[in-house]
Amino acid sequence: MGVEQILSHVPALRRYARLLTGNAAQADDLVQDTLERACAKWSLWRPGTALRAWLMTLMHNLYLNQARDWRLDDGHASLEQTDEPSHEPLARAPEMIDLQRAVARLPPALRTVLLLVSVEQYTYAEAAGILGVPIGTVMSRLHRARESMRAMMGPQGVESPRPALELVKK
Amino acid sequence: MTESTPPIDDGDLHAFVDGQLGPARLPAVLAHLRTHPEQAVRAAEWHAQRCALRQWHRTQEPGPTPQAMTAAVLRRRRRGPAPWARAAAAVALLAVGVALGHFWPGVAGPAGQPLAPAPAFVGDAALAYAVYTPETRHPVEVSGSEQDHLVQWLSRRLGRPLHAPSLQDHGFRLLGGRLLPGAPAPRAQFMYEDGRGRRATLYVAVFADGAAPGGTAFRSVRKAGSESFYWIEDGYGYALSADLPTAELQALAREVYGQLYPAR
Repeated sequence: MGVEQILSHVPALRRYARLLTGNAAQADDLVQDTLERACAKWSLWRPGTALRAWLMTLMHNLYLNQARDWRLDDGHASLEQTDEPSHEPLARAPEMIDLQRAVARLPPALRTVLLLVSVEQYTYAEAAGILGVPIGTVMSRLHRARESMRAMMGPQGVESPRPALELVKK
Repeated sequence: MTESTPPIDDGDLHAFVDGQLGPARLPAVLAHLRTHPEQAVRAAEWHAQRCALRQWHRTQEPGPTPQAMTAAVLRRRRRGPAPWARAAAAVALLAVGVALGHFWPGVAGPAGQPLAPAPAFVGDAALAYAVYTPETRHPVEVSGSEQDHLVQWLSRRLGRPLHAPSLQDHGFRLLGGRLLPGAPAPRAQFMYEDGRGRRATLYVAVFADGAAPGGTAFRSVRKAGSESFYWIEDGYGYALSADLPTAELQALAREVYGQLYPAR
């Protein structure tokens, strides 16, 4: 089996990239770039290791670089700046829109960890490997991501009176 | 902090939510959540987030792979070492065998010998093709997007390692697969679909040692509505079924064989 086995992962990469970028066209651009990169580096992939995780690594490197370079031009960034309440007409599933908006407002570094762990169900160690960061960083980003989401979503979104840290120390 | 067990921290709660908590730690976390309701609420909300994200992910339907993506990969493939090289001999033999409608790779009877009736599994394959390919909503049990899981699951149930060949080069993507009844082991069906909605199935049967139908033959049989190319190799029986022009189905069969037995 050669490089063509990458193709069987393309649908999953595209689906995941849509959550990551929040935009279908941007997602496909990212996957296209990832495939080009994977082909250029194909000789570096070691057969027998997980191909999907390797592709995910390439995709996240590209994504995080782009997010850094294009922060001002990024769809998420513009969402970050909007503070007015939801104005989508006829939103089909209000709670789902809220979720998407909350994800979109997360900084890319938090969003990647949250999605890798929650959606792709990688272990913390695998996510650390894909992102090239220590596992402790994965845990702290995951925590910040989930707490930010909690603050942005739902009726309990308001800051709880006592910070979480105190509860643990008690 | 005066507890004798290691204190429960946020990492434990995340691991609990993500199903990554070690079994030894689970009782302590559960006890902690029972006595710290506000933390239980927090963990429940994290869990709800996780479920909502997975639900959102499941509803993404990116559609057929854009041509530019396929092309990017196939360009590289032509530059790389072709697996074709190793399979070239098999491919040539296959083409000849198919063209003559005869035994292949040539270990069986002389030309002109009447062909034996197709083994029973080929009829099962054609039947399964006829039953499942018209399905629009439930053509497969496990989607091709979960290919690794699909192949592992079917391999476990059939008791032998299986592979789902990639037919992307021919415009067919893996829709998924399903488990079907059979003896002594269940059978597997992989389903493929091209951009025009035409479907092909690869049906796999496994046989107990010495119980495979005689001969290593590569043959085709046409029934109403479909044609099946079938062969038996290493105790596996394969049937590739579709309603396609014979030459096209033959090319698919050649690809399947080349991927399953690249060294032959």
